[in-house]
This record gives sequence, C-alpha cells and structure tokens, in this order.
Amino acid sequence: MSSPPAVKSPMASPRSFLWTRRIFLTLLTGFVLVPVYVMISSSLKPLADVTGRFRWLPSSLTIRPYIDIWSTVPLARYFVNSLIVAGAATVCSVVIAVFSAYAVSRYQFRGKRVFTVTVLSTQMFPGILFLLPLFLLYVNIGNATGIALFGSRGGLILTYLTFSLPFSIWMLIGYFDSVPRDLDEAALVDGCGPLGALFRIVVPAAIPGIVAVAVYAFMTAWGEVLFASVMTNDTTRTLAVGLQGYSTLNDVYWNQIMAASLVVSVPVVAGFLLLQRYLVAGLTAGAVK
Amino acid sequence: MTTTTPEAVEHPVHKSSPGAASGQSRRTGRVRRIGLPYLLLLPALILELLVHLVPMVIGIVMSFKELTQFYIRDWGTAPWSGLDNYRMSVDFDAPVGEALLHSFFVTVGFTLLSVGLCWLIGTAAAIFMQDTFRGRGLLRALFLVPYALPVYAAVITWVFMFQHDNGLVNHVLHDQLHLTDKPSFWLIGDNSFWALLTVSVWKGWPFAFLIVMAGLQNIPRELYEAAALDGAGVWQQIRRITLPSLRPVNQVLVLVLFLWTFNDFNTPYVLFGKAAPEAADLISVHIYQASFVTWNFGTGSAMSVLLLLFLLLVTGVYLAVTSRGRRAADV
Repeated sequence: MSSPPAVKSPMASPRSFLWTRRIFLTLLTGFVLVPVYVMISSSLKPLADVTGRFRWLPSSLTIRPYIDIWSTVPLARYFVNSLIVAGAATVCSVVIAVFSAYAVSRYQFRGKRVFTVTVLSTQMFPGILFLLPLFLLYVNIGNATGIALFGSRGGLILTYLTFSLPFSIWMLIGYFDSVPRDLDEAALVDGCGPLGALFRIVVPAAIPGIVAVAVYAFMTAWGEVLFASVMTNDTTRTLAVGLQGYSTLNDVYWNQIMAASLVVSVPVVAGFLLLQRYLVAGLTAGAVK
Repeated sequence: MTTTTPEAVEHPVHKSSPGAASGQSRRTGRVRRIGLPYLLLLPALILELLVHLVPMVIGIVMSFKELTQFYIRDWGTAPWSGLDNYRMSVDFDAPVGEALLHSFFVTVGFTLLSVGLCWLIGTAAAIFMQDTFRGRGLLRALFLVPYALPVYAAVITWVFMFQHDNGLVNHVLHDQLHLTDKPSFWLIGDNSFWALLTVSVWKGWPFAFLIVMAGLQNIPRELYEAAALDGAGVWQQIRRITLPSLRPVNQVLVLVLFLWTFNDFNTPYVLFGKAAPEAADLISVHIYQASFVTWNFGTGSAMSVLLLLFLLLVTGVYLAVTSRGRRAADV
C-alpha cells in the first residue's frame, strides 16, 4: 500500500483526539475480533466444550474437528463446486467488464448513458424478484434447447457473473478514464487495432483496478446463498448451502461447523487481505473519484 | 457550377478499380468504428438481458397471474387474475397484507439503524486511521476481515454465539456480568431484531470503512495544511474539511448501503433459517416465504414488484434531494 501522506499538521494532535481514537479503536477491535476468536478457538475444542456452557478457553486442544468435517458432509465436493463456480464466474465477469468499460470509457456512441444507467440500476433489484422467473427461464431454456442451466454449475456461473458485473463495469470505467488517452492513441497510430490498444496499453495500466474487480467478483460468487440454495442439486451444491448440512443433523457439532467455516473462509480472506491494497487503490482511482 | 465539372470528371475515375477499393474499405472502417463499442458491450448486454431484465419482465407478468403450484410446470397457462395479487398484498386488514406491512416496517427500521451505524463506525474508523501510527496496517487488515468472510461462515459463527445454552453472549451477559436474571433467547422473540442488527453492522461497517478510506485519499493535503496554518485544530479540520469533502463519496455510499441492506436475504436466512421470527421478519425473507413455503408465486411476485417500486421511488427522491443540496453547496 502506498501509504497516504501523514496528513495532520506537525502541531500534533491534542490529547482529546488521541484518547478518543485509542478508546474507539480498542472497542472496535474487540467487536471485530470476538467472533473471529470464537470461530478459531471453538474449532479446536472437543465436542463436550461446545455442547455445554460456553468457555473462553478449550479444556483441551484437538484437531479432530478438522478431520471429521470431511466425512460428516461431502465437504470436498462442495469445495470443488464452489471453486469451479466462483472461479469461472470471476474470469468471465472480469473479461466482460473489461470490454464494456473500454467501450464506455473510450468511445462516444448512442445509448451510452442508457447502458450505464440500466446496468447500474440492476443493482437495485431485489434478488427475490427475479429468483423464481430466472428459475423458470432456465427450466424453459433447458426444455427447449437441451442446455441444462437449472441445477448445473453453468447456470450458477451465468447468474453469479451478472451479480458482480455492474459494480465491476462501473469501477473499471473510472479506472480506464484515469489511464491517459494519449497512450492508446499512440498505439493506434502505431498500427495496433483497438483491441491491441486495449490489451497492450490500457489493461496493463489498469491492473490494480482489474485485480480489485476480480477479488470482488470472487467474493460475491463464493458467498451467495439465495440462488445457490434454489438452483443446485446434490452433485452441484456449493459451500454456501453445503455448510448448513452440519446443523440439520440431530446433534449439532458446533466444533465441526466452526472448523468448516474457517476452512471455507481461509481462501477468500487470505486472498482478500493480500490484494486489499489493490482494492483501495482501485476504489480511489475508480469508483470514489 | 464550375465546381461540378471536376467532380463530374473525377467520377468515372472513382469507378475504376483502385478508387473503389479504397472507398469501400473506408466505409467498412467507419462501420467497424461505429459498431465496435456495441460489439464490446454485447456480452454484458446479453447477460444482463438474460439474467436480470427478461426475468424481471416475467416476474411482472407473473404478478398478474394466479400462479399456484398447479400451474408451475407450465406457468404460461396460469389464469390471469388482474390486480388480485396486488389487492391481496395491500389489503392491510387481512392477514397477508397485515403481515407484509409489518415486515415492511421492520425492514425500514432495521435498514435505517444498520446503515446509520455502519456509516458512522466506518467513517470514524477511517478518519481515526488517516495518519500513521504503529500497528495501523495490521489493524486495517483486521477490520476488513468481517467483510472478507463469506456471509454464511460469519453468520453461522454468530448463530453459535447467540445460542441459549452454550453461546458466548448469554455466558458473558448472564454468567459473567449478571446483567440478566436468566439466559435470554436471541434468535426467537423480540431480541432477534437486535441480534440481526448486531450481525448486520458487524458484517457491513467494513465496506463503509473501505470506501471512506479510499475517499479520504483524494482530499488534497494542502487543504489541511492551510487549515492548520489558520489555527484550526484536529476536530475542526475534521468538521470543516474532511466531512464536507466526503459528501460526494457519501452520497453513493449511503445509497448502496441502503439498497444492499434493504434487499439483504443472506444474513437473516442463515441467522434464522427459513422461518424468521416476527420481530426480525425482513422483507426479502418474507417474500421468499410467501412464494416458496405457501407456493403462491403470483402473490410473491406482486410483493416483489411493490418492493421494487418502493426502492425506485426512494432512490429517485434521494438522488434528487442530495444532488440539489450538493449543487447548492457548490455555488
């Protein structure tokens, strides 16, 4: 992270400011950390510790829950499904958003405003409004063409990639606008086609924005629950739905639930924290400007 | 008159092979130049049409039909019912309408509180972390964890914490601090509203933090230096420079937070399961239940359309009001 300049004047912050800051940030850290601590510590507790009264410290540490989670529910299969769905949705969403943002950023054409407004306003739709129609549409397309969208990973990929598309396009337009136009015009004069200019000049210059958009798209697809619970079957079920398998059993294995939650969170949280600098940079250059 | 003669002379020349070729390629070049942006937009357009716009139109059509489970296999054959579904949804004396109205008010209250708190905490944290201190980078990464966690993993942890017998919340409030006479139920009854609000704020404030943090970096440093020279203290700088400069960022941020929170399905669904307690009966879960549990999709669609109209209205009014205020402030 290119750390922002230390903004405050050298006359130093008054005590009131420093103390307010200290107290506020301490309380906030506690609020943020407690569930994270519960998740990690409970995942290492024996079952007796999580069925009885809550205890801050485990009576003994065990990695048993991390072994059992794979057999209680077919977690590995859900994991692979989620990886395929979220991965494919991310790649497609980013590529499509790059094309769209390039068109809006570099060309004047009729209907430009209608396009951007329409795409952005789809963010406003309550998911519930098009859940059932989409479900019927996928079934109808399946019956008419034989392309199985309902219940398949493909249908879920299609759905998820449109969820992140509006925000991605919006953010990349801002980012592409900040790449000097002279650069790609020079490339055009040198004989690159418009696509050459896009991939050789604009995309490399906008990598932080593109990474940020990819992170966002992956997180959106990895965490979605509503459509996943309606549009998947036993073989295509994703983690969002699969994780609920632990709590519908007669005994609730809270230590396993916490272990599984931690395991499915690690890829996204690690990726997000590694790439968050790009997200902030991308937001600064794009969306927020 | 004289100018036409050279043209007339040139015209036959143009028809000979080299001229025609160059004219044609120029024309296709122009077609390509005009067509290219549309071609680039095509994939996004097709997908938006397929996944958002066409289903939305189908949803609106469905709201005028009597679509019960008997017709679901072939929904086109369901009989038209005119405005019956809408009449049923807004008949606030009958159970269906009354429950919808209740759910609407719960959602409005929940959304206002959640968005307000998320904005407040996010902005305060971003401002407090504007200048460097030891551990700032670590703290920032930590603060983003709730946002980065998948919804279901985060919410399920809160479900565990809110358990009646073995949860952390009751352990702390009852066993350790003795604030309550007996352990409370958090996921049923009236407490569920506050449980939902807590989870929603915990999960939502880092987004406000992220956006405000990015917005702060676009405020020119000179503004602060000038203010400091004029003798403005830190608190005054925040009030006079930071907050006004964030206005455009806040305009979008608050709207986005509002729409996401109002439409949120994932949090209440994972927190409460399919049947949300009355005190925390958010509108999207309510509609989901009205459609999928009672298998009455026509009424569910009518409710969704009403919800969309409400959101359109709020967004329109909000943008009109905030934009006017902003223009007035600029003058």
